[in-house]
Amino acid sequence: MSEKKIIDERALLLNRRSFLGKSAMGIGGVGLASLLGSSFLEPNSPLSAGAASPSATLKGILDGLHHPAKVKRVIYLFQSGGPSQLELFDYKPLLNKRRGEDLPDSIRKGQRLTGMTSGQDTFPLVGSQFGFKQYGNNPAWISDILPYTAKVADDICVINSMHTEAINHDPAVTFFQTGSQQPGRPSIGSWLSYGLGSENENLPAFTVMLSRGTGRPLSQPLYTRLWGNGFLHSLHQGVQFRAAKDPVLYLNDPEGMNKSAKRSMLDHIAALNESAYTDFGDPEIQSRIAQYEMAYKMQTSVPDVMDTANEPDYIYKMYGADAKIPGTFAANCLLARRLAEKDVRFIQLYHMGWDQHDSLPSAIARQAKDVDQASAALIMDLKQRGLLEDTLVVWGGEFGRTNYSQGTLTADNYGRDHHPRCFSIYMAGAALSPGFTEKPMISDTTS
Amino acid sequence: MLLFVVSCNQNGPTEKTVSISGPNKQLPEQIDFTFHVKPILSDRCFKCHGPDKNAIEAKLSLHTAEGAYAALGEHLDRFAIVPFEPAKSTLVGRIFSEDEAEMMPPPESNLALTTYEKEILKRWVEQGAEYKTHWAFDAPVKPEIPELDASWGATPIDAFIRNKWQEMGLSASPEAEKTLLLRRLTLDLTGLPPRPEELKAFVADDSPEAYTKVVDRLLASVDHAEHMAAEWMSVARYADTHGYQDDFERIMWPWRDWVIHAFKENMPYDEFVTYQLAGDLIPNATKEQILATGFNRNHKITYEGGVIPEEYRVEYVEDRTNTFSTAFLGLTMECARCHDHKYDPISQEEHFELFSFFNNLDEKGLVSDKNEIPAPYLSLTQEDIDGVLAFVNAPENTTDQKAKTIDVMVMKDMSAPRDTYILNRGVYNQPTEKVFPGTPDRILEFSDELPKNRLGLAEWLFDEKNPLTARVAVNRLWQRFFGVGLVSTSDDFGNQGSLPTHPELLDYLAITFREKAWDMNAMISLIVHSDTYKQSSKLTPEKLEIDPENKWLSRAPRLRLSAEVIRDQALAMSGLLVKEVGGPSVKPYQPDGLWKETTGGGGGSTARYVQGSGSELYRKSMYTFWKRTVPPPSMLSFDASSRDLCTVKTPQTNTPLQALVLLNDPQIIEAARGLAQQSLHKNNTLEDQLEYLYLATTGSLPDASNRKQLTALHAEMVDQITRKEVDPETYLSVGNSKVESSMQNTSFTALALTAHTLLNLDQTITRS
Repeated sequence: MSEKKIIDERALLLNRRSFLGKSAMGIGGVGLASLLGSSFLEPNSPLSAGAASPSATLKGILDGLHHPAKVKRVIYLFQSGGPSQLELFDYKPLLNKRRGEDLPDSIRKGQRLTGMTSGQDTFPLVGSQFGFKQYGNNPAWISDILPYTAKVADDICVINSMHTEAINHDPAVTFFQTGSQQPGRPSIGSWLSYGLGSENENLPAFTVMLSRGTGRPLSQPLYTRLWGNGFLHSLHQGVQFRAAKDPVLYLNDPEGMNKSAKRSMLDHIAALNESAYTDFGDPEIQSRIAQYEMAYKMQTSVPDVMDTANEPDYIYKMYGADAKIPGTFAANCLLARRLAEKDVRFIQLYHMGWDQHDSLPSAIARQAKDVDQASAALIMDLKQRGLLEDTLVVWGGEFGRTNYSQGTLTADNYGRDHHPRCFSIYMAGAALSPGFTEKPMISDTTS
Repeated sequence: MLLFVVSCNQNGPTEKTVSISGPNKQLPEQIDFTFHVKPILSDRCFKCHGPDKNAIEAKLSLHTAEGAYAALGEHLDRFAIVPFEPAKSTLVGRIFSEDEAEMMPPPESNLALTTYEKEILKRWVEQGAEYKTHWAFDAPVKPEIPELDASWGATPIDAFIRNKWQEMGLSASPEAEKTLLLRRLTLDLTGLPPRPEELKAFVADDSPEAYTKVVDRLLASVDHAEHMAAEWMSVARYADTHGYQDDFERIMWPWRDWVIHAFKENMPYDEFVTYQLAGDLIPNATKEQILATGFNRNHKITYEGGVIPEEYRVEYVEDRTNTFSTAFLGLTMECARCHDHKYDPISQEEHFELFSFFNNLDEKGLVSDKNEIPAPYLSLTQEDIDGVLAFVNAPENTTDQKAKTIDVMVMKDMSAPRDTYILNRGVYNQPTEKVFPGTPDRILEFSDELPKNRLGLAEWLFDEKNPLTARVAVNRLWQRFFGVGLVSTSDDFGNQGSLPTHPELLDYLAITFREKAWDMNAMISLIVHSDTYKQSSKLTPEKLEIDPENKWLSRAPRLRLSAEVIRDQALAMSGLLVKEVGGPSVKPYQPDGLWKETTGGGGGSTARYVQGSGSELYRKSMYTFWKRTVPPPSMLSFDASSRDLCTVKTPQTNTPLQALVLLNDPQIIEAARGLAQQSLHKNNTLEDQLEYLYLATTGSLPDASNRKQLTALHAEMVDQITRKEVDPETYLSVGNSKVESSMQNTSFTALALTAHTLLNLDQTITRS
């Protein structure tokens, strides 16, 4: 009863037909959705009978997919700030050969620069300070500052031909998370929650974790609106899991109150709500009762999933020393795996600090060290548990960086400005051809 | 790579009120174009055969009779529609065709017609394929009021509502219990609950004027003005920060104070809107009129180094254009930015004609200094605040220093208007043809007599022949009191919007609004005096069966309270609420670290959340500081709009995160304790104390069974405390307000826990 109501309510509020009518591309535009599986609530599930059986195992709005789904969940390791493809994945030896030469007009072709370098007199080309080697059966070029990533070369698919329109952080990140440069639209995780529903009863379908990089500790901000539900139901909001006293906002019972007292309070709330239901006959009251039970379950399920104390030593060794420090990227990667095991639909991580306008060599080395081991560990860990088959892992930022130095180029120092027209990300998981490197069709960074 | 759903619509999926599908539905005898045919054509056909000239396939357009009846094909020998002749109409053949190459809509469009829908179209052609214009784009006509019945329904509203029931087999619900009615009225009009004493007094007052007296008292209150203003802040996308990247603080609260003032004065709607649209252009404009134009500067503004200023300046003008269209016309104007509108008769040229009204500010796309206030702005001096702007609640540290001013962004046109061009695909640096100020012809032509500026646009808006302004406004008022507008898509009155459930009532209200000189309180009074409004919200199985969505209003809706009201009513019940009106926004409790963990170090005053102290913790939620990139989380959980864009309608969800807020937010726990204190001070026996709590929170007097439940609840809490499951000292110290140590006893703590429980009830956060 209660769930049916929730589902009906959702169907009423956001029915598929009006969705199709409203969006110019129609549902055909949800390319990603066809990669993703969806489990639908069984009509005769025991959960659908009991009034006080809440469930977030809710059917999404889509009632079927056009192609069999290969992926059930997504882990998006967002690298915020614009990681330099030239120091990570996009091997450009010619840039080293032509170091210091001014960027030729034949390459720039009058393209837009940001206001931060458009005033420079010269645009001296600069290659990577770090070496590159090829790894894997289908050799992929990977930088020396990503030694652990190199070890999973056969499991990842590097894409060196990424392109985006936006050239500044806010519009670029907002585009990657919502499909629009201007804020106001639902984020990708909210869409998936809306379209495909949730597979876990006790955890939100869309979770978010943040970490701050050591490459540039104070750099570009994030915005909670990046995981906002836009115009969708707030049920589809990303729920932030934090390395704080309250791992989810308002999760902990008030101080001075034990579980037993809270349980008793909840029982009385339910009883009084039941009386109101008898009086008013409004099915929404049943739904309220169910949501309170769900909240109660989250009070156990969230701390459970976030308590990594029982992870064996070899796991900590895989993810690295940082994995024991809550709030680091490594700790968040380990949590991402635990959430994936619980079938959380969309697990969004953000790692800040990839905005190397200056002092790039030293800063990016630190920044790479923050994420290299744990990112690779996550892929290996998912693989050894058989989860990589139906998980899509995405690693990347909002744009890349210029092939010329921002500021003065010295013997061991340079910076790079934003560059949206060619940059790198990688993905891993079942839907992809592992070990594949997608090269730019036309390179504008002199290869 | 990843594909995203990209659509030009910012308002998203919306509910269709009038269902046109369903396998076993009986075909109507007489097909009506507006109600039966057009929803099908608009939804399945207009994408390729509709108003967008550049998207038309096979030279066939189906949105006008002329287009639909035209000869087609190389030899001009075929016709999509031949009235009365389905056999000669290729439309009929193609929609019934099973040949994939022939069938319409084509399979690859992922659009399909049900058998019922095909039959509708066929019968429509048989009956002559008559076209009617879109209802919302023809001016309202005052309808005849259906006959009244002495037994129920004294007002015209009731006559229109009851008229529909006869078709449906529905009848009126009894009037709501007096206490619940007063709670409903008080919450709806003021956003605060009635006090238990008020509830009891109302029950005791049998005089026929009792209800009207309350309505008049509430409408005259400043709480009412604030409650109206709170909704307007969502429409106007008000915020205390600029909204992009580092998200610096801005000062727009004096504009918000003006909105409260305008509602307090019951300013007529035409004046209210004209001041905001064009106050600066009114001859000899006062500072009040200029301040009101801050409405059009509430959009986001970027300070992110490196952006192309013109790209963002165009975004700001777009935002004003779209806000104007959504708020006042109920049109999705943003859909005509890159191409002609796919569903509504708005060309891309007309989009930019409207855009040109808002394109004449000497403003920057990129503001580079964080201390710079984006021009144009108005400086409010101490003299203004002592005089014409007395409603601005300036803090003392400003008023002390005579020289200091408060600078608020406003509208001001340049002496020579900027040239406006159609932007190819809506892109800032691709101007094509030059355009001049104008409005969509199909709505209402922009008269040559009008000045070609925002003041002329305001006059156009309130022209008697404008078909949308009054309807859109009364529909939004209706939505306040019934949860859903008579047009459920209050943000879209176009072809893809819902049809009105009660078109005659909508027009009656629209024309009445104009006849009453746009008097908003008079309209509110009209609505709340109807018997429709006063009905009980109790649901019977028959009513649930016949009308699950309550479209036909044979009962009052139960509505979950807004994010603002849920917090404010808890504060009000507790006695903690500080009723100061206006002034700079404040920072109540918020979980630690939320701003800090997302800041890049910039942001200045918005890099870290510095919680306020004293009265700042207990102001109404409309005064809570709104950082646009990291809004107050408890408000978002209860569906507050993000303030990124104009929002005229917010959903009412029911989620576990809401339960967590009500159970564990210190604001609520502290309020529960305050409420328990109120109860203790005003009542001597435990029974009376419990009754007080129940009445305060739910608006009902407990019945015998409730009394048992309350007694059991309290006894259980005493037991929990005795068993040390609750530590009174710690529990009672949540929040900044202090409890005397003499109160740290079992009985008071149990009463506080009881109040805490009651603040979590569905009835408490719902107005019945």
